[in-house]
Parts: sequence; C-alpha cells; structure tokens
Amino acid sequence: MEETVSSAGGEFLLRDVVQEKHGARLLDGVSLALPGREVTALIGPSGAGKTTLLRLLDRLDDPVSGAVLFHGRPVTEYPVRELRCRIGFVFQTPVMFPGTVADNLRIAAELAGPERVPDSGQGGWIGELLRAVELDPAIYAERDAGRLSGGEKQRVSIARALATRPEVLLLDEPTSALDPEVAERLMGTVARLNRERGHTTVMVTHRLAEARDFSTHTVMLEAGRVVEAGPTRQLFENASNPRTRAYLAVA
Amino acid sequence: MLAPVPPSAEPIIDVSWFDLGLAAMLVLVAVAISAWQRIGLARGFVVGAIRAVVQLVLVGYVLVYLFAVDRWWLVLLALLVMLAAATKTSTDRVDAPRRVILPITSTAMLVGTGLTLVYVAAVVLQLENWHNPRYLIPLFGMITGNAMNGAALAAERLGSEMEARRAEVEAYLALGASPARASADAVRRALAAALIPSVNGLMVVGLVTLPGMMTGQILAGASPLLAVRYQIVVAFMLAGAVAATAAIVVLWYRKRFFTAAEQLRG
Repeated sequence: MEETVSSAGGEFLLRDVVQEKHGARLLDGVSLALPGREVTALIGPSGAGKTTLLRLLDRLDDPVSGAVLFHGRPVTEYPVRELRCRIGFVFQTPVMFPGTVADNLRIAAELAGPERVPDSGQGGWIGELLRAVELDPAIYAERDAGRLSGGEKQRVSIARALATRPEVLLLDEPTSALDPEVAERLMGTVARLNRERGHTTVMVTHRLAEARDFSTHTVMLEAGRVVEAGPTRQLFENASNPRTRAYLAVA
Repeated sequence: MLAPVPPSAEPIIDVSWFDLGLAAMLVLVAVAISAWQRIGLARGFVVGAIRAVVQLVLVGYVLVYLFAVDRWWLVLLALLVMLAAATKTSTDRVDAPRRVILPITSTAMLVGTGLTLVYVAAVVLQLENWHNPRYLIPLFGMITGNAMNGAALAAERLGSEMEARRAEVEAYLALGASPARASADAVRRALAAALIPSVNGLMVVGLVTLPGMMTGQILAGASPLLAVRYQIVVAFMLAGAVAATAAIVVLWYRKRFFTAAEQLRG
C-alpha cells in the first residue's frame, strides 16, 4: 500500500524500498509519493530512517531493493551527475570548500556547467544567490568560507546547492546545530525560497515546530516504516495513527 | 653513459670475521643502554644483529653466485624476489584489506620500478650486457626500497584523507562532481606526502647525508667524482620511481572509495 502525501502525485515516488547497512535494516518496505513544488517534512524518532530516505533521493546511496522514481523514471536511469545537479542537497553539518564564499558558489556553478547555469560567467548571480539566503554580498562574497558561523555556513551551503538551479532541494536537519532563533530565520528563508523559486523541498527535522510551521506535507517515519503521511495541518491537528499522536505528544 | 670505474689507487682494507666481532661491540652499547633504562629493546637488538649478519651473509653468497654464473633468468628471478618482498612490506603497512591493496601496490611497484630500471640501464648507463647483475641488482634494490616507502605512504595517507574528508567529498558528489573531482584534494595531499621525502632527499644529499652507494663506491676505491655522478643518477632515479609508483597507487586506489554509481563506499 502506497502512502501518499498528495493526491496530485509525487515528484518522487518510492516503491517498496528496503535499505540495509552493516546488516541492519534502515528502511523496511517504504512506499511513498512526495509532491512536487511543496515543502515536505520527514519526522520521526532517531533511527527512523529519515536521512537514509533523503540520501536515496539524491542517489548518494542506492536501496538494496525497491525503486525510487523521479518524474516517473527510476533515478538509476538518469546520468548520476545530471540527477545530482537537478537535486540540491544540504547536509546536517555544513562543509565549506577551501576559499571564499564566492569560490564556493563558483565551484557549484562550474560543476553544473554552462547549460544549467548560463550566466555563471558574470558576477551578478553570486550577489543574487547570497541575497536569496539573506547574506549581504558586499560583506560575505569575499569572506573566507571556513571562518563563518554555523548559521552563515548553512546559508552558504543552501546558496551553493541553489547555484546549480535545482528543481529539488533536500535538507538533512539543516538547523540541528543552530540556536532556535537562527534556526527559525533559516527555515523562514527555506520556505520563502520554495515559494519564490517553485522547487520541491524535502527536509528532515527533529524540530516539530519547524515541520508544523514551514512544511505543507509531513511524513512520519518509525523503525524504517512510514507510520503516517499527509498534509501537515491535518497530521498535526488530527493524526489518525496512535504512534504519530504519541510521538507528537512526547516530542 | 658514465665512465668506467678506475682501478683503486690503494688496496681495500679487508674486514675479517674477527673485525666483525669487534664491530659487534657497538651493538652491545645499544643493548646495554636498553637494559639499563629497561626499555625492553635489548633482546630486539640482539635478535636484530644476528638476523642482519645471517641475512647479509646469505645475500652476499647469492650475489657472488649470481655474478659468477651471469644468467639472465637468474637475475630476473632475483629482481622479482626483491620486488615481491618490497610489495609485501608496503602492503603490510597499509590499513586496508589485502585483496584491495595488493593488486594496486604490486602493479604500481612493477610499473614504477621496472620502467625506471629499464630507463637507467638502457638509456643512462647503456649497459652492454643488459642483465649485468653487478649493476641491476644494487640499482633495483635502491629503487624498490624507495618505491616501497612511497607506495605505503601514498596509500596510507589517501585512506586517512578520504576518511577525514568524507563529508567534503560527499558535498562535492552531491553537487554533481565526478569522483575524481570530489577526491582531488585528498589525492593531492596523499601524493605530496609520498613525494616530500624524495624532495627532501634531493635537497640535503651531500650536505646532511652521504648516501650509502656513494660511500660504498668511495670505500671500494672509486674516484669520488665518479661516485658523485653515480649518486646523482641514483637520486634522480629514485625521485622518478617514487613519483611514478605513488601516482599509480593513488589514482587507482582512489577508485576503490567509490561505487560504480559514484557513491562513497562504506
């Protein structure tokens, strides 16, 4: 039985996906449709399989069985580098490449190539991207990326992921290392980018307030299985599954 | 082609077994200090000294035999044994599964040391007798010894760099980078780690160290200027052999960190 968070069908479709690592089953037959152009939050206790699921969407890992479809085609049928340019990934701990903030964005644009980033030869796009993540280009563009604060680094990683003009933005607990105020501002940026750019956003979060306030759809995972999935408001106000209700109540 | 070694102006002082016994007194100094400070190496020094005597005497007899019979296949066999021993030592030092690292190191050592030896023997020294063991065996011994260290350093450093830079490598992959691009910094650092001893060796040779080959030739009565020219050949030969071997190791070993779908293994 396929859980769906949108009757309109999904940008991503997972069919009976099983994932294992070092003998442990991380995903246990997940079937799920993730809607396009929406913000979907993956929630659940630690070890539920949220990050594991997110990594499959970008083919950072492949499942041991089942299929992951992107626009109706298995992700394995896309050239992997093209797929990863079309899907931006923001990791839990931001990694800055050596050099300035602008260097970090240039690397991403070069990797995507002139077909995806036609104006990368001109400087204006760097300022535009930095402004999109609410960093002043005049202050940040030439700063050493390695010396930024955690919140600033995470904004640069989002800008870098956006530099390849992705259709999808995947975020793996992007605010876990940030204090609540910085985290809330960052999530506001993520939600605004989703509205303005119209890309699909899928984010893993442990902070239920983030899922409630910034996502349109929510998937509750536990022990590698989908417990419940649906519109965020419905899931938070009237969860049908007792496990979801218990998790939301405790968390 | 280097000029032939001129005959010695003075006779070489013979080293008798009794003289070796006198030299062993120096090892006893090390044994005594180890015992006095109770650092637990006294037994190691004794066993090591005995092994050194047995191994070197055996090698001496093998070389006497090889020089006397002068058969090409025996020379090649000796070179292969040296290569196998060096490859095993190199792989033993690397923290990686043997089935992964052995084919990489053995191929890199074979190509890196083999091509260097052929170039030096055929192009630089222009040996008339291509399998002359008096040249090939000592030259190959130096080449394999250094290539062995270079291969081990390169592989070990690449493994630790890839482990330490896992998040960075994956961040590159997630942006659509090729595995080669994603691991370029790790590869550069591993290669540098393997080559720095060669660069340092070139910098200090003759100033801080008088290399063994040069010292040996001078002791054997060769002109110091000829010994120096041989040593220059050796220094250049070692730089080339180490660089070629280490480059093959890192470029091949790097591929083992990625799956066919360009994902990080493990």
